[in-house]
Amino acid sequence: MKHVLESVESQFEMFQILNEDGKIVNKDDMPDLSDEELKELMRRMVYTRILDQRSIALNRQGRLGFYAPTAGQEASQLGSQFALEKDDFILPGYRDVPQLIWQGLPLYQAFLFSRGHFHGNQMPEGVNALSPQIIIGAQYVQTAGVALGIKKRGRKAVAVTYTGDGGTSQGDFYEGINFAGAYKAPALFFVQNNYFAISVPVEKQTNAKTLAQKAVAAGIEGIQVDGMDVLAVYAVTKHSRDRAINGEGPTLIETLTYRYGPHTMAGDDPTRYRTEDLDNEWEKKDPLVRFRTFLEEKGIWSEEEENKVIEEAKNEIKQAIKKADEYPKQKVTDFIENMFEELPHNLQEQMEEYKEKESK
Amino acid sequence: MAQMTMIQAITDAMRTELKNDENVLVFGEDVGQNGGVFRATEGLQDEFGEERVFDTPLAESGIGGLAVGLALEGFRPVPEIQFFGFVYEVMDSISGQLARMRYRSGGHHTAPVTIRSPFGGGVHTPELHADSLEGLIAQQPGIKVVIPSNPYDAKGLLISAIRDNDPVLFLEHMKLYRSFREEVPEEEYTVEIGKAEVKREGTDVTLISYGAMVHASLKAAEELEKDGVSAEVIDLRTVSPIDIDTIIESVKKTNHVVVVQEAQRQAGVSANVVAEIQERAILHLEAPVLRVTAPDTVYSFSAAEEVWLPNHNDIVEKVNTVLNF
Repeated sequence: MKHVLESVESQFEMFQILNEDGKIVNKDDMPDLSDEELKELMRRMVYTRILDQRSIALNRQGRLGFYAPTAGQEASQLGSQFALEKDDFILPGYRDVPQLIWQGLPLYQAFLFSRGHFHGNQMPEGVNALSPQIIIGAQYVQTAGVALGIKKRGRKAVAVTYTGDGGTSQGDFYEGINFAGAYKAPALFFVQNNYFAISVPVEKQTNAKTLAQKAVAAGIEGIQVDGMDVLAVYAVTKHSRDRAINGEGPTLIETLTYRYGPHTMAGDDPTRYRTEDLDNEWEKKDPLVRFRTFLEEKGIWSEEEENKVIEEAKNEIKQAIKKADEYPKQKVTDFIENMFEELPHNLQEQMEEYKEKESK
Repeated sequence: MAQMTMIQAITDAMRTELKNDENVLVFGEDVGQNGGVFRATEGLQDEFGEERVFDTPLAESGIGGLAVGLALEGFRPVPEIQFFGFVYEVMDSISGQLARMRYRSGGHHTAPVTIRSPFGGGVHTPELHADSLEGLIAQQPGIKVVIPSNPYDAKGLLISAIRDNDPVLFLEHMKLYRSFREEVPEEEYTVEIGKAEVKREGTDVTLISYGAMVHASLKAAEELEKDGVSAEVIDLRTVSPIDIDTIIESVKKTNHVVVVQEAQRQAGVSANVVAEIQERAILHLEAPVLRVTAPDTVYSFSAAEEVWLPNHNDIVEKVNTVLNF
């Protein structure tokens, strides 16, 4: 009797381009990015780190609502989004607001999403995306559908979705990758493995050594990538996107990453389930630090440049919060309006009732 | 005009809309070459090709997710859930996702999806095939729930459902699939969603029901007529939203009401009908509104369905109680 698990698992090795010291360890796979593009990637990571810091502060002041911190995951989030085109369709999880922002969701709308205002979910024209999914894994089965739709339309695009390590335990995870595989649909399934699903460590989620290997069961490509290495994430995304568009099917991409902060700002205390040593170990792998080293050694990035981005981010955040503050408050009649194309009898009555209440 | 069974009328409705709108897609378990386990999609794959009518892997949540995603790409999906007892596997896609799409996105995205599914007792299926679970979905704002009682309505309502720009759950009572034929126009027509129909006019009591229980109610009305009782029978046809106006108009005429449903009593559609009547027409009532339902047990083991399901005798008995109050 032949046992294959060990040999299958040993095939999954972490893909990396830039090591922790900012040195290129894999020249062959270095993506073809101009200096301007490399700087833009850095700019976005710095900007997003500042946005995270400000969002946490605003949340503590009671000026933001639901917020899932992103620091530590910038390379996974932004490296992947950077390889996408406008025609691609993003189905994010709730920590994946940065990808929406860089795909074109205005910052003030991201703040309105956090506050629980539906305008935060109204994607502007040309931004192909859903608002962040709350049910873990639901976006995976939907992505199979969007990808099949893209294939049926003959569009040269992909459907892209994100979940975390915990998400891979859901039935929808398997159904999503299996459906997309069965239809050879152009989908990219990202698993941002930050090692903890709120508090439960990934070792307790599964006996699988890697999450990428779960692709094998669905008969699709799977790859594990250093999620703190923005160049590696970009390269893997670009490669998988090209394959998907060429009709070669979906890919499951596991990015190894870490969230420095709590699960969300609603009372999670990571010291209950993570050690300081572990935090320190991961901060040494920081995506911004290593990419900054790489760019500085190339002579295309400086402290001055970085400070400019920080100032720009702080300014824009301030403006966006102001705009979010000024945006009209929601009314129950808005909600009723958004239920159906034509209001049925019960909602017509309730519309009249609330119109009267709101006129007082 | 042709004589059609309800299943033929349903196939005809899908064929009509597959022809009318290239965005219509029909999919589910065994719906392709096999034509569905009840043959509802018989011949459709041959006629419209595998791009339009196709099999899915065996996973209801996946089918629901596929419908959500295809709708986002501008298609008009018509997925089949093979038996509605399997709805628990796809509850999130229906109630958590499709029904909320327009609301959640502030009108930016819509979900013009029609979920078709067989349900209903009396055909001796294994467990979790026959349950009347319309109340589960009727409680979810954002999706309509339609249940035809005859071939003519089935075709017209299904065409309306597929053309609707919001999600519709279309429940097909298995016992009605082939129990009788009636004249159904071969050309296209629609029956309005959210509109009940007075199936039989009467003056003494109103029987309100839907699905297979419409036929039990009509049979009860015939029996009652022999005793000189004139019963009006209303077929709701849509259980969410409910056509209040048709109900109230009848209540004002007969002043006596019995609501009939195949589902168990607790928390269902009939309770909602009773609540609406007492809120809007209590002074027109000469007796409490009573209900005929299945008991609040888990759905019957199949060998005992006859004693578990409500029938026309139960209805006659309740009508007599109401009239003698």
